[in-house]
Amino acid sequence: MAPPEGGKAHGTTGAGVAPIEAVNDFVIKFANVNGSGSASANELFAKAILRMGVPVSPRNIFPSNIQGLPTWYEVRVTEEGHLGRRGGTDMMVAMNPQTWDADLAELEPGGYLFYDSTRPLPPSKFRDDIRVIGMPLTEICNAVYQDPRQRQLFKNIVYVGALAILLGIEPEVVEKLFGEQYKGKEKLLASNVQALHLGCDFARENLEPLGLRVRRADRVGDRIFVDGNSAAALGCVYGGATVAAWYPITPSSSVAEAFQKYCTKFRVDPATGQQRFAIVQAEDELASIGMVVGAGWNGARAFTATSGPGISLMAEFIGLAYFAEIPVTIIDVQRGGPSTGMPTRTQQADILACAYASHGDTKHVLLFPEDPHECFEHAAAALDLADRLQTPVFLMTDLDIGMNQRLCAPFTWDDSKAYDRGKVMSAEELEAGRDFGRYKDVDGDGIPWRTLPGTHPSKGSYFTRGTTRDAYARYSERGPDYIYNMERLLKKFATAATLVPQPVLRPAAGKTELGVIYFGSTSPSMHEALQALEARGIHLDALRLRAFPFPDSVVQFLAQHRQVFVVEQNRDAQMRSLLVNELDIDPARLVRVLHFDGTPITARFIVQAISAHVRKTQAAGAAGTKEAA
Amino acid sequence: MTYLAKPRLHHPTLATNKVGYTRRDYEGKISTLCAGCGHDSISAAIIEACWELDIEPHRVAKLSGIGCSSKTPDYFLGASHGFNTVHGRMPSVLTGANLANRDLLYLGVSGDGDSASIGLGQFAHAMRRGVRMAYIVENNGVYGLTKGQFSATADQGSKSKKGLVNSDSPVDLVAMALQLGASYVGRGFSGNKAQLVPLIKGAISHGGAAFIDVISPCVAFNNHPGSTKSYDYVREHNEAVSRIDFISGREEITVDMGPGEVVDVRQHDGTLLRLRSLHPDYNPGDRYAAMAYMQRHQERGEVVTGLLYVDPLATDLHTALNTCDRPLNALGPAELCPGAEALARLNASLR
Ligand SMILES: Cc1ncc(C[n+]2csc(CCOP(=O)(O)OP(=O)(O)O)c2C)c(N)n1
Ligand code: SF4
Repeated sequence: MAPPEGGKAHGTTGAGVAPIEAVNDFVIKFANVNGSGSASANELFAKAILRMGVPVSPRNIFPSNIQGLPTWYEVRVTEEGHLGRRGGTDMMVAMNPQTWDADLAELEPGGYLFYDSTRPLPPSKFRDDIRVIGMPLTEICNAVYQDPRQRQLFKNIVYVGALAILLGIEPEVVEKLFGEQYKGKEKLLASNVQALHLGCDFARENLEPLGLRVRRADRVGDRIFVDGNSAAALGCVYGGATVAAWYPITPSSSVAEAFQKYCTKFRVDPATGQQRFAIVQAEDELASIGMVVGAGWNGARAFTATSGPGISLMAEFIGLAYFAEIPVTIIDVQRGGPSTGMPTRTQQADILACAYASHGDTKHVLLFPEDPHECFEHAAAALDLADRLQTPVFLMTDLDIGMNQRLCAPFTWDDSKAYDRGKVMSAEELEAGRDFGRYKDVDGDGIPWRTLPGTHPSKGSYFTRGTTRDAYARYSERGPDYIYNMERLLKKFATAATLVPQPVLRPAAGKTELGVIYFGSTSPSMHEALQALEARGIHLDALRLRAFPFPDSVVQFLAQHRQVFVVEQNRDAQMRSLLVNELDIDPARLVRVLHFDGTPITARFIVQAISAHVRKTQAAGAAGTKEAA
Repeated sequence: MTYLAKPRLHHPTLATNKVGYTRRDYEGKISTLCAGCGHDSISAAIIEACWELDIEPHRVAKLSGIGCSSKTPDYFLGASHGFNTVHGRMPSVLTGANLANRDLLYLGVSGDGDSASIGLGQFAHAMRRGVRMAYIVENNGVYGLTKGQFSATADQGSKSKKGLVNSDSPVDLVAMALQLGASYVGRGFSGNKAQLVPLIKGAISHGGAAFIDVISPCVAFNNHPGSTKSYDYVREHNEAVSRIDFISGREEITVDMGPGEVVDVRQHDGTLLRLRSLHPDYNPGDRYAAMAYMQRHQERGEVVTGLLYVDPLATDLHTALNTCDRPLNALGPAELCPGAEALARLNASLR
């Protein structure tokens, strides 16, 4: 097809600025309009690269809106396998006139701009240090499709086709993906393949290849590509959750939706069609946690998924579950706060709110998965821990892991694994005359025994309440009874520290006095940053926290390092506060590295912050030496 | 305190029901409520109903919110598990408990403050979800436990013990339950045991969401101006010697009314309550007729009591969710975990 009039590529690159040349190592960003159907096309693009054996790390950047507002999909193509966000954009697929100026400004010098040139733009709308590729997408689609919706939808597939040719992605790989996606829907398959080729043919005939290339590699291995919310939901299925109650909130809704999907797939009795699960979309978060508390009290594994505002509403019930000692699993997919904050942006800012949720002296178990693989594992572990400890357990993920597909180790499961139902006394044990005191510390670990309603006609029943009681669950406001319970709860918390996932240590190549602590979705950026810092001669032992309460190894790590950076994605250094508060450590030894603009933290940011601090202290140290001399 | 501490000895000649229990086996701890509180009469009616229904006490789960009324589950069915949850949120906890084990009987006890104020939303949603339970509101028009503030069921124009006049219109929980889809709706009076016991029995045996609003006078906040026995009066005259709150015990109010009768009941505060017991010819099978009937009589200043509506074929949330017959809390990994092989296939689909 010959380029239509308005379709002439500008092809400008400013004098002296060479176009970026990179193979399997660049960032491409799609600027779209929410609701235009671009999401699946963009995902297809990322997946095609993955299928060529090249790791990708995509991120959805979207507004709190359904239609009309801008969205972006950023794909980091990374043969090295860096899965954090890099920062900067090498190629912009600018499909949204609304954000044109900002999108243009974001391009690195020598970068590429791909746009719909159906309506020609004056040269003033471009930069002269970038290369511009125009393609009359609207015109092409209008010529081929009659239906307005098709014209819109297939525009996305057409640009994927063109990009495939420009970047060296094999169209056959994309076709194969279509084949999987539209299995049994031949008409859809054919029309998508047609649109793809429309794009490919145009690019072959009219556009020149770019300096950015995708080349087949063998760097993906057996890793899977999945989002954290689906993974957490699957973990709940495998971990034996049977009751889920939830209330919609971004970015956690897809946890419950995925749980519904997996349960429908795996938990329907083929003989009777009956469900081995119950999912209730509650009227609000108060009700959703209430149902989980009721189910937990009655011996079912139950969970809810929410985000910051939901945690605020659940606080009273969380305190009840803590004090009355009821197993509860809460998946908190964190987003930007406070208040409604940045509902579609990521943060790690609910740490203190969850660790100490509710009034009075409370402390809760928190788990911090680093990626979807751990979302799966930790979700299942959370259900075990909640039963074992008879207490609320929080799975602290965030929007970045929860809603973005990430490359991670495949899920594994050991079929011989039994669920840890904790200390539940049976009718037989009661019958045999075992002493039952609901809140009695018989085993010295702070965890009492419980009975489930309906267990025995005359033994083991008790009254659960949020008010003080004695070891036999009898209402009591006596000081000593209260203190017995409160101290036993602390002992139980100490036991928890031995049961939660332990921290992961990454020692530096050589001996160093500097350490860094990080957790959750910061992981990939941290790993990339550690390499970069190493290259600059800054050596750090790194400890990835996976849970609160902090196990002893965290205390040791802190003791072994003169200075420890604490990297987190919130304004107030919440994890640092928790470390200071819980471990009585000198705050001066913990250096804040904080990223909280709502975008996922990058390696560039960490490297910059840590090396600036190290330079500063070195300079101060040198000055000090001089003075002393 | 309605029940004195009685030794838990069973006289060999005590009558037992079909499941081998005596009436005493359905009792609980000694009530700590004010003497004459209507709530204690409701506890007694629950005991009676469960005994007569031959229910094994330990197969009942009794849940409540917070308030004097919500304390009562501790005072009946001592052999069953009880759960005093948080203020206004009993319905959600009961819903979760019910989902976990469909084999138990669920008794939800609440107050008018608990259900019509802070917990109005949870009450409404439990009704519309069709959670199988007997939901009993012990309705005294005030907050008992926090000492006499208005609840949302207090009549417009009524006076609190502090002399405040209630300007808000009342919430009628029976009307709401009917409107929201409860499949068994009744109203009783704590002092009319002959009517209340069968109402509770019907609710417990019902297959869906059963709701009973029970008018239950509060002796403590009978702020009857001029009465020398009123809470305010006694406290005023007691101030000098003691700061202890004084609550005068009263006789429990009882009525005896046959079907179709209208009876005026004088409450502790001197106000009159006109109760109309449903006529034997009343047809409780029509939800909309029930709403109209109730409202018509309300306009005449009468409170209709009895079983207003029942759908004998009602089903519950488990039916709607199509959950399996076995209780969810009894399922193990064999029934719940898809296993490593399925996971391997899932992994493959994610590449
Ligand atoms: C979140 C919360 N808010 C307020 C209270 C205080 N509170 C305890 S009982 C109660 C009112 C109880 O009234 P009602 O349900 O009518 O029961 P009654 O005592 O009259 O039987 C209130 C407001 C509480 N426990 N929790
Ligand atoms: S204050 Fe009222 S509701 Fe509470 S126990 Fe006393 S009489 Fe009953």
